[in-house]
Order: sequence, then structure tokens, then C-alpha cells
Amino acid sequence: MCDTCGCNITPGNAHLLRNDGPLARSADGREAITLLKGLLSENDRQAAHNREHFDRQGVLALNLMSSPGSGKTALLEATIEALAGKLRIAVIEGDLETENDAERIRAKGVPAVQIATGTACHLDAHMVHDALHRLDLDNIDILFIENVGNLVCPASFDLGHHRNITLLSVTEGDDKPAKYPVMFRAADVMLISKADLLAVLDDFDPAAAERHLRNLASRAPVLTVAARKQRDIDAWLEWLRTEVAAQRERVARRETLHPAVQSEGQALHANSGTGQPHRFVRLP
Amino acid sequence: MHELSVCQALVRQLDEIVQRERAIRITQVVVRIGPLSGVEAQLLRQAYPVASAGTPAAHAELILETLPIRVACESCGAETNATANRLICGVCGDYHTRLLSGDELLLAQVELERDELATASGRH
Ligand SMILES: Nc1nc2c(ncn2[C@@H]2O[C@H](COP(=O)(O)OP(=O)(O)O)[C@@H](O)[C@H]2O)c(=O)[nH]1
Ligand SMILES: [Mg+2]
Ligand SMILES: [Zn+2]
Ligand SMILES: [Zn+2]
Repeated sequence: MCDTCGCNITPGNAHLLRNDGPLARSADGREAITLLKGLLSENDRQAAHNREHFDRQGVLALNLMSSPGSGKTALLEATIEALAGKLRIAVIEGDLETENDAERIRAKGVPAVQIATGTACHLDAHMVHDALHRLDLDNIDILFIENVGNLVCPASFDLGHHRNITLLSVTEGDDKPAKYPVMFRAADVMLISKADLLAVLDDFDPAAAERHLRNLASRAPVLTVAARKQRDIDAWLEWLRTEVAAQRERVARRETLHPAVQSEGQALHANSGTGQPHRFVRLP
Repeated sequence: MHELSVCQALVRQLDEIVQRERAIRITQVVVRIGPLSGVEAQLLRQAYPVASAGTPAAHAELILETLPIRVACESCGAETNATANRLICGVCGDYHTRLLSGDELLLAQVELERDELATASGRH
């Protein structure tokens, strides 16, 4: 087990921990119950509640995921500057506190809430819920949630957001999608970040990165961005504008949207409703 | 890495079942984890004793089942086996496929033990 990630008890789920089960006494009658219930159904319930908050207030909620240092915060800074006076932005900052990412965002004049993740390796829906109540979402168009820099854990937790944005910086290998299929399969858009460095790095091939992504049966668009140096985030800004418009239409139609991660397998093998679990007595 | 928090979510569900069923303990748990669920079976197994300590699910036998990764092709209609980082159609190679199985993260079955005396006498 990863003993540095400490994702055991997060401030957001601590209140759910109960260890006061009934006393065990010996008995014979054993019974088996089949359930087929999502292991993270509690998180999913909270995520659905968060999504209702976002939809009611007409907010587009976007979850940013990547390795540490792939340029999530730098992209947010550049995006805030570019959209100043055009779209209203707020940020929930879940990346490591010590990086002072929330301070970097606030310095751009945008409300930011830092989640005290401690050493946790992912955000969950409860943590995001606590944070969103510390923001005034009424006057916000886009809420960015910067997840913990980690290509494994964040992919498993729905936060109630509408879209997953996965960054792959050109200083990483272009085969990252093949190495972290769960994360990259969940991407609604893949951003090849630090593209200004492509000129000096000859071992990152954007076409190869996209091929690895397509091998995951992903139809997500692949965009390149440079947030520093020769800044170029035009394609990304265009994607954002389209998504904001789409969210406004959904809200008007009282519809919502889940991140694209195809969960047909999960759905096929789970009871969709909350119907009575099928039960049978186990043969000795 | 996040397997401990997943395991804690599992233990909370088991706890709820114990309460709801007025059982006294859980003796066996069957969990279905797909290779694309993002959860490592080995890490989940290691986390289980830690997460379940002191609960009615402590000491339960944990059975982890895996379903194969299968995809259905939207181009040619074939249903084929796939691997975690190659989810394209096994027949025509198209990437426009749908996952049929392999991303499950499910509590499939629970075996629990009741206090028969209490049940027989109608005491709950
Ligand atoms: N050359 C270049 N460096 C970048 C770019 N974006 C971020 N960086 C650098 O990469 C490092 C990590 O960036 P940061 O935004 O903190 O990454 P995060 O951990 O994903 O939030 C910093 O030193 C940034 O200056 C970029 O577009 N081009
Ligand atoms: Mg950051
Ligand atoms: Zn972890
Ligand atoms: Zn095919």
C-alpha cells in the first residue's frame, strides 16, 4: 500500500467513518446476499448532489488532472488572464497546499478555495462539497477544480463536475496514455501542455500521444497549449467557450452531463435501481 | 494508493448491511474489480484488514473477482476481448468501441451471520 499518499481518511469523509459495529456473538445461520452495488456509491451520491448545485447555479465545473508539475496551475493563470472580463471564473484548489496554488490564483483576482488535502492523493466529492459552499457560485461561469497531481487515484472519484481535462506535458513520455489507461480513458479533452518546449524536445511526438489515446477507444479532442513563454492557448479557450455555451443550453433544458468516462461495464453489471437485492440462502 | 479509501467505503456499506439485516457479522465479501476500475486488487486486499478492523466485517473472507475486458465495435459490430491500453476492435481495429466489461468496481455479494436465537425469538 502507498504509505505516502495517506488517502485513508480525508477531511471530507472523516465524518462518515463509523467503527462502532454491534458486538459479535457466535451463531450458525449464514445468509448470502447478492447486491451488485457500486463500491463508491456513497461518493457518487455526493457527486450527484454537487452536480445539482452546479447546474442550479448555471456553473460549468471542470476537473483538471495530470502528473505533478504538468502545468495545471500555470494553465489556469493564463486562462484567467485571457478570459478576464469575458467569463467569470472560480477555482477549487486541491493540488498540494505547499505549492501555494490558491495564492497564485487569487493573485489573478479570482476567488479560490484551497482544500486542505493533507497528503491525500485525490479529491473526493465530499471535499469538493465542503469547498463549494465557501464560494459564491451565483456569479460564476466556470468552476475549475485542480485535482491532486497524480495520474492514478483522481480518476476513480466523481466530484460532480461535468468534464475531465487531462494534461500531458511534453516533458513526460508520449506513451503516458498507454501507461495510465484509467486516467486517460476518463479524459473529455487531452491537453498536450508546455508545447513551447516541443521545439527543443525531440522525443515527444504529439501524434504518438494521440495514437496512444485512441487505442483507449477515446474520442476526446487533443489540443496543444503553452501557458508560459510563447503563450498559445487559443484552441483551449475555444473549447472552453463551446463548453460554457453547451452548459448554458443544458441548464435551460434542465439536463446535466457526466464526464465521458464510459462506464457501460459498471452499469451493465450493477443494479441500476435501488430495488430489493436478490437473496438466497447459501448451501452448506 | 487510494485503495484504502475505496476499502473504507466498502466497509461502510458492509456496516450498513449488518445494521439493516440485523446481522452480527459478515463472513464473506465478494467484490468485482475490473482491470479498468483504477483499483488494484492486491492493494485492496492489503487495505481490507486495516479498514475493517473493529467492524462487523473484520475477518471476513474477501473474494476478488475480475471480469475480462470486452469491447463492442460500433463499426463492424464485433464483440472482442481487449487489454487495458488497447481497447480497439479486435476484428477491424477501429477505436470506436464501447466497453462491455472490465471497469467494474462493485460489491457483488455478502455472506452474513445472524444471531439465530435472536431471530427465532422475534427479537431484533
Ligand atoms: N516552458 C513551459 N513551462 C511551463 C508551462 N506551464 C507550466 N510550466 C512550468 O512547469 C512547472 C509546473 O507548473 P505548474 O503549473 O505549477 O504545474 P501543476 O503542478 O500541474 O500545477 C512550473 O515551473 C511552470 O513554470 C509552459 O506552458 N511552458
Ligand atoms: Mg498546481
Ligand atoms: Zn493513493
Ligand atoms: Zn470492428
